Amino acid sequence: MTTATTGRSADRADGKKQAGSGAARKPATMAQALNRAMRDAMAEDPSVHVLGEDVGTLGGVFRITDGLTAEFGEDRCTDTPLAEAGILGAAVGMAMYGLRPVVEMQFDAFAYPAFEQLLSHVAKMRNRTRGALPLPITIRVPYGGGIGGVEHHSDSSEAYYMATPGLHVVTPATVADAYGMLRAAIASDDPVVFLEPKRLYWSKADWSPEEPEEVAPIGRAAVRRAGTSATLVTYGPSVPVCLEAAEAAREEGWDLEVVDLRSLVPFDDETVCESVRRTGRAVVVHESSGFGGPGGEIAARITERCFHHLEAPVLRVAGFDIPYPPPMLERHHLPGVDRVLDAVARLQWESEWTERPEAFGATGRGGR
Amino acid sequence: MTVLEQPGAYRPAPAPAWQPRTDPVPLLPDSEPYRLLGTGADLDPGLLRTLYAHLVRGRRYNRQATALTRQGRLAVYPSSTGQEACEVAAALVLRERDWLFPSYRDTLAAVARGMDPAEALGLLRGDWHTGYDPHRHRVAPLSTPLATHLPHAVGLAHAARLKGDDVVALAMVGDGGTSEGDFHEALNFAAVWRTPTVFLVQNNGFAISVPLAKQTAAPSLAHKAVGYGIPGRLVDGNDAAAVHRVLAEAVERARRGEGPTLVEAVTYRIDAHTNADDATRYRGDDEVGEWLEHDPVALLERELAERGLFDDATRDGAHEEAEEMASLLRDAMNEDPVLDPMDLFGHVYAEKTTQLGEQAAQLRAELDAENDDQDGNGGNGGDGGHAGNIAGGER
Repeated sequence: MTTATTGRSADRADGKKQAGSGAARKPATMAQALNRAMRDAMAEDPSVHVLGEDVGTLGGVFRITDGLTAEFGEDRCTDTPLAEAGILGAAVGMAMYGLRPVVEMQFDAFAYPAFEQLLSHVAKMRNRTRGALPLPITIRVPYGGGIGGVEHHSDSSEAYYMATPGLHVVTPATVADAYGMLRAAIASDDPVVFLEPKRLYWSKADWSPEEPEEVAPIGRAAVRRAGTSATLVTYGPSVPVCLEAAEAAREEGWDLEVVDLRSLVPFDDETVCESVRRTGRAVVVHESSGFGGPGGEIAARITERCFHHLEAPVLRVAGFDIPYPPPMLERHHLPGVDRVLDAVARLQWESEWTERPEAFGATGRGGR
Repeated sequence: MTVLEQPGAYRPAPAPAWQPRTDPVPLLPDSEPYRLLGTGADLDPGLLRTLYAHLVRGRRYNRQATALTRQGRLAVYPSSTGQEACEVAAALVLRERDWLFPSYRDTLAAVARGMDPAEALGLLRGDWHTGYDPHRHRVAPLSTPLATHLPHAVGLAHAARLKGDDVVALAMVGDGGTSEGDFHEALNFAAVWRTPTVFLVQNNGFAISVPLAKQTAAPSLAHKAVGYGIPGRLVDGNDAAAVHRVLAEAVERARRGEGPTLVEAVTYRIDAHTNADDATRYRGDDEVGEWLEHDPVALLERELAERGLFDDATRDGAHEEAEEMASLLRDAMNEDPVLDPMDLFGHVYAEKTTQLGEQAAQLRAELDAENDDQDGNGGNGGDGGHAGNIAGGER
């Protein structure tokens, strides 16, 4: 039985405190890291402008833009009228004139009025002008559930964005990634839909705003927990769930690897396939509905590339195919540790009994 | 004494003082479209001649582009015949550093701004979406999704003002487009931010087949400005001098930092929506005939004649120049465009993703196989046929 190895301490996504590597490092939240990323980007590059609803005096409903207007003035961090198409449309014009807008959509489901701007202009402008009008716009979207939000406040809308060529779609799951990936998104010359997992806003890690660590670039996944039995492929709010599931799985004799995709577009086939070819089994975990959701695409990609390495079909643990439930029922909808473990249990472990019967006890369950 | 008048009785506190945020009266449009031609107003003869040359050229451009659709050289052409005064004036009131945001029917405005007539037709020819570099003439891509380019004009003007640049953005939309949410959001943002933006609505009577009466219950489209706290101007869209003056005033107002203006130009779409449309299904010849009597080119000719400015040189010069433009346009459009299918992958992102790289390689291999087949069959070596238009190398 192999011992589970944890990922690098700074990459912990489960909010549990790790031994700090430096004396100056204190626990910081994802919200603080996101705030600091915008602040540093604005200080470094005068073309960076933040705009959205309530982002100014209030500092955003989640306080992610707290203090930016005070430090940089209303022209740099601007409260707009309450109209998402107008916000994103204005950002398009600002980007056409050389600015680098960072747009806040207040909640996932409130970003929908901006879809036409996003799909018809933001995603296509570079292509339709043969590269003459790139749009370096970052669209920040707090997304996902688990915060007790009432209707329209907990959607996982990533599949809509992933289905639109021309956009990058990324989502951090760690404090270090929140800072590093938001800086990378703002610096990107392509439009980036930056999905912020609401329920991780207050997750903590040892992280220094003065010495923010380097993170992998957009387009690369990260192995958050090395393992050998099966790979959990996940992202955003489900990363801590999968890490917890992986710990719990040790009792069952499974040593699970957890891959945090970080970037849904571009998709890191290389890291995912390297992991699945090694473990031979994969479960994709996300909050978004299963039907037509990201998991279908990911499972297809894995199957197409790793077929001869697979011991079992790629399974999905996703939100049900229902409108997001009311807060008192959402725990039944969200993929939790038990549902993940149930899926892992269905990964055709029987194949191992016949191949190496000596390695397995009377319970019939075991890892590699 | 009533109960409420007794000492100590409850009295509701008066509401905090209210007053309108803006006096609405100066924002109201004129009660009928503003006109200059035929009014004896003081007009610059040089401007009248310039407008005339542009109108004649514009009319010829519309005719030529429509003919090119029949010859299969353009996929589609939404003609602005009858609306040339608006198209031309919108371009002429702008300075070089200003920006024009046209809709799909406004190719002519881009050409009047100085763009190559063939280059302006890239979208409608179908060899790419936007056939020109928007920076060169400061003309945004022709926008097909209605009114969605209006917030862009607001954002660009806002950005220019933040940078301290003297830039005005003029955005064009039709009467149907005023029903879209983006029209509302753009006007509201422009008004709140006081951006140097001018919105020109060409009310040509129809949104494809739907008449204005089914589009709005507003007194006029110009009246919508009042709701945003900005001035609305109503102008005769077939009176080139009037459209030019109203737009020029709006542009100068924006340049002075006084904010946006909404201009409604009342005009008429003489041709069908596009060459693919059948206008006889929704309007009668009588109506078209009435508007032909109010033709923008004829109105200006009459004015020039009354002022003794319509000599042979003016008329012949304008028509010769228009024919020359049409001839060059025909020549340019009769040449098959050089297409490189690998371009499909080149501009989606700043750098190709791994996946797009794989898909590009797939298409490359398919094209190579096609070429091999042709060579193997003693093919014509790329001389003629569709494959002949396909460039070899990946870019």
